[in-house]
Amino acid sequence: MSIGIWCAVTPWSSHSAESIPPIFSISPPASSTPLAPLGRSGITFASPDIRQLQADNFANPGMLWVTRGETIWRTPSGVKGQACASCHQDAQQSMQGVSARYPRLDTGRGTILNIEGQINRCRQEQQATTPWVYESADLLAMTAYLNYQSRGMPIAVTIDTDNRTQWERGKAIFHRRQGQMNLACVHCHEQLVGRKLLTDTLSEGHGNAYPIYRLEWQTVGSLQRRLRSCFNGVRAAIPDYGAEELLALELYLGWRSSGLTVEAPGVRR
Amino acid sequence: MLARIQVPSQARRGEVMTIRISIQHAMETGYRLDDFGRAYPKNVIHTLSCHYGGKEVFRAEMGSGIAANPYFEFYVLADQSGELRFEWQDDSGVGGAERATVQVVT
Amino acid sequence: MMNRRTFLSSGFCALPWCTPIAWAQTETKREQLMREVSGGAVVNPGRVIVDTPTLADNGHSIPVRITVESPMTPEDYVQRVTILAERNPRPIVASFMFSPASGRAEVMTRIRLADIQDVVAVAQLANGTYWYGQTKVIVTELACLEEVR
Repeated sequence: MSIGIWCAVTPWSSHSAESIPPIFSISPPASSTPLAPLGRSGITFASPDIRQLQADNFANPGMLWVTRGETIWRTPSGVKGQACASCHQDAQQSMQGVSARYPRLDTGRGTILNIEGQINRCRQEQQATTPWVYESADLLAMTAYLNYQSRGMPIAVTIDTDNRTQWERGKAIFHRRQGQMNLACVHCHEQLVGRKLLTDTLSEGHGNAYPIYRLEWQTVGSLQRRLRSCFNGVRAAIPDYGAEELLALELYLGWRSSGLTVEAPGVRR
Repeated sequence: MLARIQVPSQARRGEVMTIRISIQHAMETGYRLDDFGRAYPKNVIHTLSCHYGGKEVFRAEMGSGIAANPYFEFYVLADQSGELRFEWQDDSGVGGAERATVQVVT
Repeated sequence: MMNRRTFLSSGFCALPWCTPIAWAQTETKREQLMREVSGGAVVNPGRVIVDTPTLADNGHSIPVRITVESPMTPEDYVQRVTILAERNPRPIVASFMFSPASGRAEVMTRIRLADIQDVVAVAQLANGTYWYGQTKVIVTELACLEEVR
């Protein structure tokens, strides 16, 4: 799983300070190691009930999807009769920390691959079967299962010369005013963090707990589902699932959450 | 139907055991509408039972007021080594079962 | 045109005379539900503890723990506990059957609530008496509701 050239280019280097203000007051990274713009995980803004539910590995409803994912991992699929386990053996070992490095750049195609994309890449190229659609029970279960293998590990999305352009794009989207409400992500999730929006406390908007079981959804959903919901919230045109725009935003968010630990499957209101 | 159960593997006779069960089910209320304004038909798990040593020790009868992916925590008095059997069924006739054994020591 | 201000003021005007009627109806509904559960027998206050968060995050899933004071012996035990939420479209939420083999008359689950309301639990004892407990739950609304799928 190489990520191309390991060249140390700091995302800040070509940006003047006034163009985009730094997200958190930290110094720029000195090496290729991504210096985490450490923030607060969304769970710290949640109620005691939600925090307890996420922390309880049995009561957490998202664990039902993890359990299902474990079964799918071992079940052969496609004409070649290959299971995930046929190549990757024990996920508890082979998949540990993998999700924490996603999304990553697919250097061959120059596109961003999130964990859902990687799963479907495997399904198409290794298992020779059909890709799963976003929010299908199987894709959510597999995503939950894979991300669960990185639980407790720090997110480590690095920005280099190869994925820099996509990162810039994601950053621009994060800071772009849009929709009838003319709001950017940055307004709620950086400038108004901790303030109230009706009965919600605005969080920093990290994706480190995805896929999450959201009480509102009454099911598990992907980060893209939540992002689409945000686009809807500000009354902007909603990108399709898997759209380049959402992938670039996911990359930016992944970098932005680097250092926070993976909490999948998370629980939210 | 996918479910997760939590039963102590060992207990002392006379001890009150904590039993937990979580079932993957939408618990469709019958009030939720699709994109065309048609209601999804009501389909909820209506009964869940737990048998221990051949006797029913807990039973839940429910409607659409129980949250999606139903979760229950209840108690059973440890009496003898044996099997706890869980069974449930929804309105569409689909059901599920799980079992776990507990070793009771004196 | 009705805007927020006129709506609120009309609501406030209506409040003094409307409240007692609404209150009386609420009581009737609850009494009727309890009668349904007990088959007409008197339902006494006490012995039943309904534990929920005061502020619920979301009406779709609210943790509820019901505890009934009982020795749970073959002579004196709780047979059944019924959860009532009178403002739900289907107010009888669930019934739980216990026996002396339960060891403890306690159950925890997650329920749906359509509105801010009292969650009532009625316990039927082996000696034929009925007891109830209740607690008020304030269901809060989310700021960012999803309208897309």
